[in-house]
Amino acid sequence: MHIYLPIAEVSVNAFLLFGLGGMVGVLSGMFGVGGGFLMTPLLFFIGIPPAVAVATEANQIVASSFSGVLAHFRRKTVDLKMGTVLLIGGLAGAALGVVVFNYLKSLGQVDLLVKLCYVVFLGIIGSLMFIESLNAIRKSRKAGAPPPKRRQRGWIHAMPFKMRFRTSGLYISVIPPVIVGLFVGVLSAIMGVGGGFIMVPAMIYLLGMPTKVVVGTSLFQIIFVTAFTTMLHATTNYTVDVVLAVLLLVGGVVGAQIGTVIGSRMPAEQLRVLLAALVLAVCGKLALDLLLQPSELYSLGNAGGH
Amino acid sequence: MLRLIFLLCLVCWPAYAAEEQVVLGLSQDRVSITANFDGSEILIFGAVKREAPIPEGPPLEVIVSVVGPSEPVTVRRKEKRFGIWVNTDSLVVDLAPSFYAVATSAPFNEVLTHTEDLRYKVSIERAIRSVGADMSIQGAQDFAEAVIRIREDEGLYSIRENTVAVDEQTLFRTSIDMPSDLTEGDYTARIFLTRGGMVVSTFETSIDVRKVGLERILYNMSREQPIWYGLMSLAIAIAAGWGASTAFRLLREN
Repeated sequence: MHIYLPIAEVSVNAFLLFGLGGMVGVLSGMFGVGGGFLMTPLLFFIGIPPAVAVATEANQIVASSFSGVLAHFRRKTVDLKMGTVLLIGGLAGAALGVVVFNYLKSLGQVDLLVKLCYVVFLGIIGSLMFIESLNAIRKSRKAGAPPPKRRQRGWIHAMPFKMRFRTSGLYISVIPPVIVGLFVGVLSAIMGVGGGFIMVPAMIYLLGMPTKVVVGTSLFQIIFVTAFTTMLHATTNYTVDVVLAVLLLVGGVVGAQIGTVIGSRMPAEQLRVLLAALVLAVCGKLALDLLLQPSELYSLGNAGGH
Repeated sequence: MLRLIFLLCLVCWPAYAAEEQVVLGLSQDRVSITANFDGSEILIFGAVKREAPIPEGPPLEVIVSVVGPSEPVTVRRKEKRFGIWVNTDSLVVDLAPSFYAVATSAPFNEVLTHTEDLRYKVSIERAIRSVGADMSIQGAQDFAEAVIRIREDEGLYSIRENTVAVDEQTLFRTSIDMPSDLTEGDYTARIFLTRGGMVVSTFETSIDVRKVGLERILYNMSREQPIWYGLMSLAIAIAAGWGASTAFRLLREN
């Protein structure tokens, strides 16, 4: 069954989109990630224009994060104060990201920018995760793992504008969270991702937040940043395709619940190795596209707007 | 010899063109892009109306072309820079139709001479215009050729020789496939009658390609009320997220 997407102006198989949404949903449920970093490249591969893919994916992430954050609110694992500070940085970052995005779009370099961002960040995160989880597996085989060191007191604690974050049990400067939020906001606008895969490690290792509030807080921040990104793309580029978003949502929502069940039955370290391998595979495919000579050297674009 | 001169006179004589006229029928003069639009086939058929008997000489040939709305297109070329492939040169092709299909009743260079093609711009190469191309870019011609090549691969441009059936030099019919990735706008169907490579009569009619229903509403809304469109997208997303979360919580509790 083919569906004509009114904004993307391409006709795609609806079941393919359900399938993609479901597959990424399963993965996001299994690994506790938003899945935007997988879905956006997959949309490129099936022929959705990159600008539409990025903007629509932001809209879809609003839905999946909202669904996720409700569970965290019930468990009271959302640090609203920290979330708000991250959000301030995030909104500024998203605005900046959309400006950069539109500027590069006018230069015809937006595909390159998006793909480069993906290769760099997926490469870094994938390798780190891979090495770390291999080490964890090795350690757990040797003996009971030693308690992880946390909260090193360093330069982060020497910064001014300190604030008390009761839920996280932290007393730190607001500058690092604002910068983390800003950075993730820029990425969200350029890459069409929530940025959870960068924000979660940053919150644990950089800000020293307790692991149990990290996911809920990042989801809280992601909802607002991606909602803002969606609005910016919808009003400046007209590239949000609501039909595409709905099709992806349906598959994604069901897949996420299935994934959660699978995830709870698999050991965490092996799960992380799998996720790392997946991230590296997507990264490798995108890197090959940039490195190998494309079969078609020319590409077409709209001149002077639509 | 005398006959040949007579024939030449006939060809050059302007009134000759009016002697054979096209009476055209279309299976549809409107293509509606609905949510489940999956391409369309338009049947184009017609007859040649003439007051006099069929002229002697080369047989009547028919060319049917369907042209989509023209728009300027930016063509970009990739080059290897710092080890990766990057868009470098770009060129604007002033007018390139979004869709172009030509059907002929015989091989193209038999039904139309080169000069007539130049005059009526029938072949794909002639339909694309890139005047005022930036001559500082090497191989500006390559850019126009790239447009044709890419759109031919996408099925948007095609030349289909020998696909117009002509009966008794009077009746003709053909069908034009239109792919699912159509741009909306006013499409033009042009019919050329030729003899010995010279155009003797032309006829033009328009085909309306429009998004309808939900597609139309959403597209217009995204352009005219982008803020409301964005808010609507967010509302749908939040409702779906909330709905999914609640539905699965209820399922688990039962």
